[in-house]
Amino acid sequence: MNKERNIAAKIYIAVIFVILYAPIAVMIFFSFNSSNSMAEFSGFSFRWYDELFHNKDAGQALLNSLILAVSSALISTILGTAAALGINSMRSKRAKKIIMNVTNLPLMNPDIVTGVSMMLLFAFVAGLLNSVHMFGFWTLLIAHVTFNMPYVILNVMPKLKQMDKSLPEAAMDLGCTPLQAFMKVEFFEILPGIASGLLMAFTLSLDDFVISYFVTGESFQTLPVFIYSMTKKRVVPYINALFAIIFVVIFILLLVRNFMFKDKKAKAK
Amino acid sequence: MENTLLRLENISVRFDGEPILNNIDLDIKDKEFVTLLGPSGCGKTTTLRIIGGFVTPDSGSVYFNGKLMNDVPAYRRPVNTIFQKYALFPHLNVYENIAFGLRIKKRSEKEIRDIVNEMLSLVNLKGFNKRSVSSLSGGQQQRVAIARALAVSPKLLLLDEPLGALDLKLRKDMQVELKNIQQRMGITFIYVTHDQEEALSMSDTVVVMDNGNIQQIGTPLDIYNEPKNAFVADFIGESNILDGIMREDYCVSFAGHTFKCLDKGFGINEPVDVVVRPEDLDVVPKEQGMLVGEVTSVTFKGVHFEIIVDIRGFKWMIQTTDYYPVGSTIGLILTPDDIHIMKKSEYSGKFGDYSSYSDELDELSENTEAEE
Amino acid sequence: MNNTKRTWFQKYAASPYLVWCVIFVIAPLAFVVYYSLTDKNGNFGLANYSRMFNGETIRVFLISLAFAFVSTVICLIIAYPLAYFITKAKKKHQNMLLMLFMLPMWMNFVLRTYALSFLLEDTGLINSLFKAVGIGQVKLIYTSGAVILGMVYNFLPYMLLPIYTVMSKIDKNLIEASEDLGCNRIMTISKILLPLSIPGIVSGITMVFVPSVSTFYISQQLGPTDFMLIGDLIENEIKSTAGVYNYGSAISFVLMVLIFICIAVMNRFSDESVEGGILV
Repeated sequence: MNKERNIAAKIYIAVIFVILYAPIAVMIFFSFNSSNSMAEFSGFSFRWYDELFHNKDAGQALLNSLILAVSSALISTILGTAAALGINSMRSKRAKKIIMNVTNLPLMNPDIVTGVSMMLLFAFVAGLLNSVHMFGFWTLLIAHVTFNMPYVILNVMPKLKQMDKSLPEAAMDLGCTPLQAFMKVEFFEILPGIASGLLMAFTLSLDDFVISYFVTGESFQTLPVFIYSMTKKRVVPYINALFAIIFVVIFILLLVRNFMFKDKKAKAK
Repeated sequence: MENTLLRLENISVRFDGEPILNNIDLDIKDKEFVTLLGPSGCGKTTTLRIIGGFVTPDSGSVYFNGKLMNDVPAYRRPVNTIFQKYALFPHLNVYENIAFGLRIKKRSEKEIRDIVNEMLSLVNLKGFNKRSVSSLSGGQQQRVAIARALAVSPKLLLLDEPLGALDLKLRKDMQVELKNIQQRMGITFIYVTHDQEEALSMSDTVVVMDNGNIQQIGTPLDIYNEPKNAFVADFIGESNILDGIMREDYCVSFAGHTFKCLDKGFGINEPVDVVVRPEDLDVVPKEQGMLVGEVTSVTFKGVHFEIIVDIRGFKWMIQTTDYYPVGSTIGLILTPDDIHIMKKSEYSGKFGDYSSYSDELDELSENTEAEE
Repeated sequence: MNNTKRTWFQKYAASPYLVWCVIFVIAPLAFVVYYSLTDKNGNFGLANYSRMFNGETIRVFLISLAFAFVSTVICLIIAYPLAYFITKAKKKHQNMLLMLFMLPMWMNFVLRTYALSFLLEDTGLINSLFKAVGIGQVKLIYTSGAVILGMVYNFLPYMLLPIYTVMSKIDKNLIEASEDLGCNRIMTISKILLPLSIPGIVSGITMVFVPSVSTFYISQQLGPTDFMLIGDLIENEIKSTAGVYNYGSAISFVLMVLIFICIAVMNRFSDESVEGGILV
């Protein structure tokens, strides 16, 4: 009886798995197609990869996305970590609660509303400054830092709460100024939280389409926005090639992360 | 005034409107081992944190060597702390933990090495330099914490229930060791604990606190033999506390008898609290007893028996090396120096009756305190 | 202890963030409200809102809610047993399984949606297979069903992860205790597992419902030609005429309020705040 149930569970998992991966497999398979047919495999070729690598816009979009992700992740990690420290040490429970609600606001708000609202602000400022080229790197950077910071705070906060409160006190007791106590002791205690916050900010920034779509400009296109404008043209087989590359990169990164995680666990034991 | 190292003057603290400390005055002499003793929530840890610079009192002053310290931040005070859970830095090894304060003070690498090694041998942890602190046992972590605090050669060391997390045997060993270290280094220790035995065996001076007030300051002997009120008498050791009336100087009546005693200076017929320690009572055949009662319970404690005796409805505790079965009637005698007279206080009538006495209850309440 | 001294560092560490929040979170939302209450010449009035409740927009709202509701329910029905089966797998396989099911989520959702349309196209693989076996071409893409499929496909991992996380933390002893006390498997699931996994279900529902109700790309890529969800409407209004954002702002504001109400209602079902669920 138990065995039967096990088999049923396995079948269920397998079916969902196949449905989830079918579009991905087909995308990757047809990225090696020599024609641009979506159904007939006319022969193996690297044609679309070649085309992708020669597409200047795609390369630029990727570079832009990386620049934006790195800079917004760094800024939001610094500001967010500082914010978590400040919020955590606040005495007034009410002030804490209000601030955490504001922090949760961008998390609960649909991306489209966040995107629209920021665009309105930027459009207003652009109107004031009479500037046509307002939208671009800076608006994207501000938007990305804004939606990244709450995630950093939510990653750092639990580590701060877990930390033995007497650690920074012990550091000050031994002669550290408050800043030294943070840099030499607290920082290392909450480092795992900061690191996962940074990583999350980086991936979210890299992945974001909806908010970027509203605050982007001609001068600076991110990869997701670029892909969006490409897919509107329906059949563009080099998107398949791009898809395959991104999939492989993510797959490797996740494997590495899983492996490192396991390693750490084993060491801890 | 003989070399006062630390003086607390009129210290008051409130948290969320609740008074935690009420006008505390305390002088601590150089090279003294002082223990702040009291139940949890009595304000002893807060007092320690005020001295360490982690809590700002609402009013009052802290003087160190005659200098006002109120606005001096923790990191500039010549005072170091051993924290309750040691607060060792998990990302640093034993050597780096002990060297931490010296590095902040920018001492030379050679000096640091010498001092750390000296400290490691002081706390019997030679050869532990490279160990990670998380791999150490509780007792070893405790030693590292002591070494770390002493490495920066403080004038005054604050210890916040430092042995609370250790098991009984280790705790006893560490008590001896701490006392040795204190005497060898010749520095002042302020030690916080709720364990009266620890306080009595280690300290030069014991400060008994309750409810944000200092109840009594004195040597361990004073505190034990001459408790100021029912709270102190009950908190330090076991006590039978009875209502009595001071007939005149050197004469008191309680438990239906009038006794000779060594106390004077009370008003004629003033109501007082009378303390009799369980080990001071001598058991005799009932015909010879000044007091006569029936044994209601006997507990074997190893060195002695603990006997509860019902005398005219009041349950006395008696410690004796002889066994008396439950139900037997025994006599008790008291000599004048077994009797301690205290003025009536807010604590009168709250302690010192063993009618609801049970070992288990006692252990339970101790455990809850330890968990905190 | 709460009157422990705060250092200057602790006192001011949050200030940059607070200033940032005021300028880039609060102020933009204030702009949404401001634009929604004005016409394109800047005159105040409720015209935008009355237009919303009189015309086509209310229908779009209802359709969006219905689509989001259906896809959320489907996600829950699929993800709950899936999460349960994963927790039943061997410990060393659990992480791998979870990673495999979460992996598509790491792909950009524009790409995921495109991959789906690639498969469903009239000239795509499925239809050519159908033709080959003689079924003939079936209209798969540009249908309402495709939109639902797109939502489920895209957001299923958001449902799976919080449910799995909560479920895997349930003390195994509780299950055994329940069986020990005479519950059969079905009763154990309905009386122990289900109530205890409610926090995960609640955050899963929020995490699927919110992006579903506000999406615009899925409907554009997979839906019928004139098909519109609330996201499409906002995108249209905001992006089409430069400088005229009033109606789009009004719709955005109503959408926001609607979603906050939904989240508040959902959270009443669970003691856990959204905080727990958002940590992906």
